[in-house]
Amino acid sequence: MRPQCDPSKFVANTVKNIPPSGIRRFFDLVSGLEDIVSLGVGEPDFITPWHIREMCIHSLEKGQTSYTSNYGLPELRDELTRTYYRRYGLDYDPSSEILITTGVSEALDIAVRTVVNPGDEVIIVQPSYVAYVPSVVLAGGKPVIVSTHRDDEFSLTAEALKPAITDKTKAIILNFPNNPTGAIMTQEDLEDIADLVVDNDLFVISDEVYECLTYEGKHVPFSSLDGMKERTVMLNGFSKAYAMTGLRLGFAMGSPEIIHSMMMIHQYSMLCAPITAQIGAIEALRNGKEEMERMVREYDRRRHFIVRGFNRIGLECGNPKGAFYAFPYMGNTGLSSSEFAERLLDEKKVVTIPGDVFGEAGEGFLRCAYAASIDDIKKALDRMGDFVDGLKQ
Amino acid sequence: MEFFVKFPYFVPVTNMDEQIRHILEILENDARASPEEIASLTDMSAQEVSQTIAKLEDTGVIRHYKTIVDWDLVGENYVYAVIELKVTLERNQGYQAIAERIYKFPEVRSVRLLSGNYDISLTVRGKSMKDVAFFVAEKIATLDQVQSTSTHFVLKTYKEDGVILHEPESIKRLPVSF
Repeated sequence: MRPQCDPSKFVANTVKNIPPSGIRRFFDLVSGLEDIVSLGVGEPDFITPWHIREMCIHSLEKGQTSYTSNYGLPELRDELTRTYYRRYGLDYDPSSEILITTGVSEALDIAVRTVVNPGDEVIIVQPSYVAYVPSVVLAGGKPVIVSTHRDDEFSLTAEALKPAITDKTKAIILNFPNNPTGAIMTQEDLEDIADLVVDNDLFVISDEVYECLTYEGKHVPFSSLDGMKERTVMLNGFSKAYAMTGLRLGFAMGSPEIIHSMMMIHQYSMLCAPITAQIGAIEALRNGKEEMERMVREYDRRRHFIVRGFNRIGLECGNPKGAFYAFPYMGNTGLSSSEFAERLLDEKKVVTIPGDVFGEAGEGFLRCAYAASIDDIKKALDRMGDFVDGLKQ
Repeated sequence: MEFFVKFPYFVPVTNMDEQIRHILEILENDARASPEEIASLTDMSAQEVSQTIAKLEDTGVIRHYKTIVDWDLVGENYVYAVIELKVTLERNQGYQAIAERIYKFPEVRSVRLLSGNYDISLTVRGKSMKDVAFFVAEKIATLDQVQSTSTHFVLKTYKEDGVILHEPESIKRLPVSF
């Protein structure tokens, strides 16, 4: 008989170097429980609008199940060009400046791999989505964390960014509207960042997947700022705006040089995004505005409801202006975010995500998604109110 | 509210105030939503919501509050029929006059003027098919202006006023995702 071996020794160091996620234990806790109310989701609770699903079904009936161009269906790229011209006056050439990807997750991965050389520093603004640090680590880069704070409504200031920039800094990853804080950036704030980007010759990876979920003020794409188009790759997708999470469709917009380089990776790893989802996305852009705006108004109402609710039960909560997350402060309860979330789950069966999952700057906060029905939000708030009262005694 | 200064009477509105749209969408979905509940979902106080609703009622933007009942479930097996009418217009009398004559019957649930092969479509409710058939034969077909009628009995209603009756099972989502 041949000798046994430990297969873990085959795992590459880059993968071993991905920082561990504390959330695993939390997942396991949730899976065993009944009668839970979840504010822990990162996806819309709406089903994909029927006209989009119907178009996907129709395409399958017609037998549209082939590969598409590596860049994605030309009709979809045309629609994206039109959409972004209409919304912001942005001018992206559909033949060379747009790449359709399998979700924003893929777009992020290949954007990072496209610009990062081993040893390059990439600035990541936290609290933020959990994939940025691992993406940079997997590409051999070095994540450098810049924190945002409650006092600034979690928007990024040039003062906070400046000290993190070194001569090794290659790029910044921005994510506004932000998951988990719901923060957005004003044009003014972004202009200050753009100045630093030029002064230090940096590249920007701007994840704007929550773009359409902006409730106050107007979303400003980073690439729309003067001189920023060539220095930015905008990542975006259909998951949040059109409730299409499981269809996995995203896109990247940038200079022909960057998009072509991203396509070089994409063509060998993904080949193309699923055609069914691409067809659904064309329909979403052509005829989905009204349904999308209806969903946004519904989120907006839940936003008012949950923010007032948190402040009423004694969890101070700022006003998130985008995405579908509230980020209440619980740092004055004497518990850490993880302790609070775990006990809340254990004792009251409410799922929230501890803020430190999104980086150290999230410690003292909870991410609570309001992409849930008002009834569920109400139930969660009542249970959380009881929990907070219990802590005071 | 500025909206009512601009539109003191009922007029078709294109640029609706965002707050008014919130109120109307909430009420269209749930007519029983209280001013307090609506206020908790918007930027307004309960008092502002009440005042706005009162104005929306006064100006006729809000026409009526009603309940969608599934009468089958309590054993009240109403029979519904859609009736197509062809009509002839008489001197000095438009469609309005015919519609008025017809909609006053309580059996008639809706009256619509249509383009196409026939002119008016009615929905009629009765206790039995015979009931409905007699009503049409005696009250509708005999009107001077009515040229012909065509009665279609409703076999099943799947969706009523935007509400799907017998909703299918809901979709399960992961309780945690980022």
